[in-house]
Amino acid sequence: MGVEGIGARVARKEDKRFLTGKGRYTDDMSVPGMKYACFVRSPHAHAKILSIDVSAAKVMPGVIDVLDGHQLQADGIGNLICGWMIHSKDGSPMKMGAWRPLAYETVRYVGDAIAIVVADSSGQARDAAEAVVIEFDELPAVTEALTALEGGSPQIHPEAPGNLIFDWQIGEADATDKAIASAAHVTEIEIRNNRLSPNPMEPRATLGIYDASEDHYTCYTTSQNPHVARLVMSAFYNVAPENKLRVIAPDVGGGFGSKIYIYPEEIVCLWASKKTGVPVKWTSDRTEAFLTDAHGRDHVSQVKMAFDANNRITALKVDTVANLGAYMSLFSSAVPTYLYATLLSGQYAIPAIHANVRTVYTNTVPVDAYRGAGRPEATYLLERTMETAARELGVSPAELRRVNFIRSFPYQTPVIMNYDAGDYEASLNAAMQAADWAGFETRRAAAAAKGMKRGIGMSCYIEACGIAPSAAVGSLGAGVGLWESAEVRVNAVGTIEVLTGSHSHGQGHETTFAQLVAGRLGVPLDSINIVHGDTDKVQMGMGTYGSRSGAVGMSAVVKALDKVEAKAKKIAAHLMEADEQDIVIENGELKIAGTDKTLPWFQVALAAYTAHNLPAGMEPGLKETAFYDPSNFTFPAGCYIAEVEIDPETGKTEIVQFVAADDFGNIINPMIVEGQVHGGLAQGIGQALLENVQYDRDTGQLLTASFMDYAMPRADDLPSFTLSHQNTPCPGNPLGIKGCGEAGAIGSPPALINAITDAIGHNRMTMPATPMKVWHALQATH
Amino acid sequence: MTTVTLTVNGRAVSGECEDRMLLVDFIRVKLGLTGTHVGCDTTQCGSCVIHMDGLSVKSCSILAVQASGSAITTIEGLSAQGEMHPVQAAFKEHHGLQCGFCTPGMVMTAVDMINRRGGSLTEEVVRTELEGNICRCTGYHNIVKAVLSADAEMAAGRQAAE
Repeated sequence: MGVEGIGARVARKEDKRFLTGKGRYTDDMSVPGMKYACFVRSPHAHAKILSIDVSAAKVMPGVIDVLDGHQLQADGIGNLICGWMIHSKDGSPMKMGAWRPLAYETVRYVGDAIAIVVADSSGQARDAAEAVVIEFDELPAVTEALTALEGGSPQIHPEAPGNLIFDWQIGEADATDKAIASAAHVTEIEIRNNRLSPNPMEPRATLGIYDASEDHYTCYTTSQNPHVARLVMSAFYNVAPENKLRVIAPDVGGGFGSKIYIYPEEIVCLWASKKTGVPVKWTSDRTEAFLTDAHGRDHVSQVKMAFDANNRITALKVDTVANLGAYMSLFSSAVPTYLYATLLSGQYAIPAIHANVRTVYTNTVPVDAYRGAGRPEATYLLERTMETAARELGVSPAELRRVNFIRSFPYQTPVIMNYDAGDYEASLNAAMQAADWAGFETRRAAAAAKGMKRGIGMSCYIEACGIAPSAAVGSLGAGVGLWESAEVRVNAVGTIEVLTGSHSHGQGHETTFAQLVAGRLGVPLDSINIVHGDTDKVQMGMGTYGSRSGAVGMSAVVKALDKVEAKAKKIAAHLMEADEQDIVIENGELKIAGTDKTLPWFQVALAAYTAHNLPAGMEPGLKETAFYDPSNFTFPAGCYIAEVEIDPETGKTEIVQFVAADDFGNIINPMIVEGQVHGGLAQGIGQALLENVQYDRDTGQLLTASFMDYAMPRADDLPSFTLSHQNTPCPGNPLGIKGCGEAGAIGSPPALINAITDAIGHNRMTMPATPMKVWHALQATH
Repeated sequence: MTTVTLTVNGRAVSGECEDRMLLVDFIRVKLGLTGTHVGCDTTQCGSCVIHMDGLSVKSCSILAVQASGSAITTIEGLSAQGEMHPVQAAFKEHHGLQCGFCTPGMVMTAVDMINRRGGSLTEEVVRTELEGNICRCTGYHNIVKAVLSADAEMAAGRQAAE
């Protein structure tokens, strides 16, 4: 495939602009006449709005206008919606409460938007926002899902009695209960998955531009999926028809899921631009990001895992309560259901599985997909349970896993997924060897000799990526198809533009997508440009999340390239008077196989556009489009091992080593894949040791609303990582790719908590395992 | 309004601003140098790091008027147009960036670190020195590699020059 093709460790094409300060992020955009927005937000977690008085704010210096939800409603702008329908087990549809882009009746979380101020400077907009007077009738608030389900809790939406959104199940309840009743051993455990804030380093921002002369809107926004944003804003929020709305997601500074969703601010800034006649830019500050970006995780589960006398798992029963916050965010319903419970088989052959999931409204910011989205919750639950079971059964954690691994493929789980390929033992063996598992007890003894507590823990994860087969997700309630599109545009001089519906916000598509083309055609990487993130340029797309850009986005490029190559071969055959079956493309040339007759790539491209001598009936030009709809999910899997050393005096955990052995299928650029794993591990380790969103239980105030209160992983919190790959190609897509974007965040939390509980000598630990918690846990053993 | 006069990337600039305007906003909004970013507004994340009179500072935590009279270097001024500083080149070679948002601050911090402690950097020192710069993408693994590599290369360059 050459030095720049698939598999090559190519430095990134996009790096120079980022390194020299020439990246173009949404907040960097400036257009003539642009003004600045500040949102007036609820200071209360739950309250009735009695009145909104903007008169003082309107006459503040520099203020253009102050607009509220009454006006938005009067102009016909719609409510925000959740795009994935889930039915409860009684057949009733999920209970979706109204989410107004600007609240004017009730506010339901601290940060709920109420009004927008547009002013000459951001400082003036902030000043005026302070001068908006809102009379509230405060209501009691509830922030925790289990509490919200209790009788007598505050009722958050009239549509959802008892705050229950849906009560859903998957799997066979009877078979599962029967297997548990007759089991040789049952491991029972409560699993809590802590609430997290995604915190991409670039805060959300949007610039809404209304052009009255064309009755046309342009929206610059920090989006992972600009076409989905346009679709939703047109079809559901009534902002403008699609042909009157251009959405551009330029350079985007990280997403991790939080920039999938359509938030109130994009809608309101576009509308406000029309109302005020000026372009309106809003940029979130960090506290606003903590308050309003969709959070992740926040599950509480009761688990029973049953074993026979040979330590084989016979059943798994899970009862989960998931906190969805104050409103249903765009894909919130899919996360604790089809992205979570369908992965509860893990890497193991489990004959009977049943999961029940209740989702709940609380007075907190909406919860939606965050890196891994449901799969980290499933993996943490399973791998903590497996570790606990191994300790109870008196077998080694590796042995218990080996006994239960799925070993032949395809494998149909009891919870929908059909695993296509994998070799779980290969990753386990590689990880144990890299971590020198066999030598651990010696290291533990050496640590003990200096007064330190050492522990080791593993985690064997599986995830479903390559999201997703459209008909399958449609049958499960998705409101959209999850294919991807591509266009390969060969210019007359042979250079190439690839337009993709995938969106890069750190993943390096400008390099990896170009590597695919360079490898196929043998043309230089520099002659290929990747175009993405603009609805006026790219025909359509579903965006980047769920580790789908390689498996789905690049597969669409492959399909378009197939068509381009076929046409180029026809032209070359015609020009060289050969049979098109005999034409091969390599090293930037089209040649007649077995001869020295060749035509350079650019000459064929030129011939396509001059059209002076094309085969009879052929259209001029060399440009093809394709849509690719995957036939199945992909199933990356692997084994992670954490080794920790705890100082019993302080409770501080040091990660002595972290080993990740992954099966991602085929890899385009190993350097970029390793980077994805490093970043995922940091987020998973952050969840396990540092990060936790904490609301005040009584008032619903967010206590962790800055980087001073919410512990982000920093360079000195983390070790360097040891990575390896044991890849089995994915049979489901043309490139054999499984996806690598989320694995690190999925596999690492249980490995760490298993290691910490190994070190402290008992199993009572929740995430994040802060020094204080660990110190207290150590006192409990004395 | 106050007039602020600065040397930015070797050029004398001056502009009117409100007394409360932060240096980072002066750089981004008044001067249009958008390579310096704001990631947190509380001095925690380091996306806004620039050099002021040769030392790294977080430009979100200093008023533009306080900086008047000083010499500022931003990411745009670190290397000549079209070229890259050895630290920038090392970040590219070692994949020390993904989304690129924290990158300008990381690079400015790394250059300052090497200026102060060049030739003596270890992984532990680099990790400690990077404590004031948050990256959400890379897990720091490749940033640490890039800084150590740039340090070694720049030290070799100094030695060769001696």
